[in-house]
Amino acid sequence: MAMHDAQPRALALVLVIGLAGLAVFPIFGADEKFYMQFLAKVMVMAIFAMSLDLLIGYGGLVSLGHAMYFGLAGYTLMSLTPEYEGASLWISLAAALGVCALAALVVGLLVLRTSGIYFIMVTLAFAQMAYYVVHDSKYLGGSDGKYVYVKPVLSFFGWQPFSLDKLAAFYYVILGTLAGVYFLLRLLLASPFGHVLVGIKANEHRMRSLGFPTFSYKLVAFVIAGVLAGLAGYLAAALDGLVNPELLSWHQSGQALMMVILGGMGTPAGPILGAGALKLLELLLTSWTKHWQLLLGLFIVLVVLVFPNGLASLFGKRKRGGAEHG
Amino acid sequence: MAEAAALSVEGLVRNFGGLAAVGGVSLEARTGMLHAVIGPNGAGKTTLINLLSGDLPPSAGKISLYGTDITGLPSYRVSQLGVGRSYQKTNVFLGFTAFENCRLAAQSRLPSSMRFVRRALAYADVNRAAERSLAATGLEARSGELASALSHGEQRQLEIAMTLATSPRVLLLDEPLAGMGAEESSSMVELLKTLRSGHAMLLVEHDMDAVFALADRLTVMVNGQVLASGAPAEIRANPAVQEAYLGEDEPGG
Ligand SMILES: Nc1ncnc2c1ncn2[C@@H]1O[C@H](COP(=O)(O)OP(=O)(O)OP(=O)(O)O)[C@@H](O)[C@H]1O
Ligand SMILES: [Mg+2]
Repeated sequence: MAMHDAQPRALALVLVIGLAGLAVFPIFGADEKFYMQFLAKVMVMAIFAMSLDLLIGYGGLVSLGHAMYFGLAGYTLMSLTPEYEGASLWISLAAALGVCALAALVVGLLVLRTSGIYFIMVTLAFAQMAYYVVHDSKYLGGSDGKYVYVKPVLSFFGWQPFSLDKLAAFYYVILGTLAGVYFLLRLLLASPFGHVLVGIKANEHRMRSLGFPTFSYKLVAFVIAGVLAGLAGYLAAALDGLVNPELLSWHQSGQALMMVILGGMGTPAGPILGAGALKLLELLLTSWTKHWQLLLGLFIVLVVLVFPNGLASLFGKRKRGGAEHG
Repeated sequence: MAEAAALSVEGLVRNFGGLAAVGGVSLEARTGMLHAVIGPNGAGKTTLINLLSGDLPPSAGKISLYGTDITGLPSYRVSQLGVGRSYQKTNVFLGFTAFENCRLAAQSRLPSSMRFVRRALAYADVNRAAERSLAATGLEARSGELASALSHGEQRQLEIAMTLATSPRVLLLDEPLAGMGAEESSSMVELLKTLRSGHAMLLVEHDMDAVFALADRLTVMVNGQVLASGAPAEIRANPAVQEAYLGEDEPGG
C-alpha cells in the first residue's frame, strides 16, 4: 500500500459497521421519520465534509468558502423545479454540478494564485460575494430563501423505480451516494493524481522542480471538490425542500471545516466520523440545554487537544508512507 | 567534443536588491563532460543553479538548452525538458518513504499525471525507474524507510536519487557531497563518474579532491563573477585563483 491509501484496519471496520448500521436503520426505524431525516442530513454533511477534505487534507488548500458550491447547487435545483411537478433528477443534477464546476473553475483560477492565509481570505471573500448576491436577489427568494416544492424525479427512460417523496427511498439514495463518493475519493487518492496532490501539500516547490505543473493539479482538485460539494448541496436542498442563503454562508463552510478537523484531515473516513460526531452531539446538546454551543465548542477544543489528528486517529495510526509498492 | 553544448549560458545576471548574486556569468555544459563550479561561500553558485533550473527568473542574460532559448521558463518546464537538479539543502519529502520519493519523481515522466483511476503503484515503468535510481545511489535496502528516518548522508543520497529518477539529460548538482561520510562520499564520486558518459553535468562542490577527480572543466566564481574558467590543470596553476580561493587546497566551507 502507498502512504495515503493505507487506512488502519480498525478504522475500516468502524466504517463498515457504521455503513451497515445506516443501511439497516430504516428497517427498524421506519416510523422514526425524525431520525431518518436527521441521519440523511448527517450523511449529506459527510459528503460535503469529504469534498472539503480533498482540498485541505490532501492538497493543503484551506478553503473557507466551500459552502458556495453547496449552496449554488441547491439554488440551481430550486430554479429548475417547476411549482407543481418535480424537476428531472438527471437534468437538474447535471445542471447543478455543471454550475458548480464552472464556478469552481473561475474562482480556482483566481484564488489558487494565492496561498496560506491569503487563500483562506480570498475563498471566503468569493463565498461572501455569492452569499450576498443570493441574499439580495428577489428572484432567488432573498433572505428567506425559496421552497423546492416537489422532489426531483428519478427516471430511467421513462421508468421510475421509486419516488424520492418516500423518505426511506431518498435515504438510501443518499447512503448510496455517500458510499460512492467515499470509494471515488479512495480511488482518486491512490491514483497518480492523488499522489501528486499529496506531494503538493508536502512540498509544492519540490513538486514543481520535479516537473509537475502544480497549478493545474490544484485547479483540477478545486473543481472536483466544488462538484462534490455541489452534489451534497443538491441532495440537501432536495431533502429539506427549501433553499436559503444560509447554505452559502461562512457558518456552513466553517461547519464543514470543523467536521474535517474533528474527524481527521487526510483520511476519507475522517470527515464522515467528524460529521457524525458533530451532528450527533449537536442533537444531544440542543435537547438538553440552550447553552449547547458553549458545550459543543468545549468538546471541539478538547478533541483537538487530545487527538490532534482527529477522531480517526482513535482507531489506529495512519501509516504515512507505509512502505513498499505491490 | 564535436557535440554542441547541451546547456549554454550567456551573461546571466541575478540581482537581489542592490546585490548582484550572479553578475554576468557565461558558461557551457556538454554531454559526456562534467563542468565543476567552485568558489567561496556566497559566491553565487547556488543562485546560478537556481537560475538554470528555473527556480528563479534571471534579471538578465540568456540560457539555451540544445540551442533552444529556455530563459525565464518555470522550473517544471525546465525539468520536463530534461534538466534535473539537486539541492544543497536537502529537499526531500520527509513524510514519504524513500521509494515514494523516487517513485513520485519518476511519475513526473508520465505524459501527464491527470490520471484518476488506475493505482499509481500499478505503473510498472515508474516503479522500475524509482528502483533503478535507489539502486544507483545505494539506497535499495532503505527503500521502505520514511525519508525522515534516514541518516543525513542517506537523505543526501536520496536527494540525488530523486533527481536521477526524472531521467534528466542535464544534471545540475549543488554540493552533492556536503554532509556525507567518507565512504558515502567516495561511492557518490564513483556514481558521478559513471553518470558523466550519458549526461551533461554541472557540479557545484566544495570538496576539492572530488572536484579535481571528476571535473573536465572548472569555473571559479567569486562575488557573482567568473574569476577563471578552464581545464583543471590551468585553474590549479592560476595565481589569481590560488589567491582568492584555492590557497591551501581546501577552503573548509
Ligand atoms: N533569495 C535571496 N534573497 C536575497 N539574497 C540572496 C538570496 N539568495 C542568495 N542571496 C545572496 O546571494 C549571494 C550568493 O548566495 P548563494 O547561495 O548563491 O552562494 P553560494 O555560492 O551557493 O554559497 P555557499 O557555498 O555557501 O552555498 C549571497 O550573498 C546570498 O546572501
Ligand atoms: Mg550554495
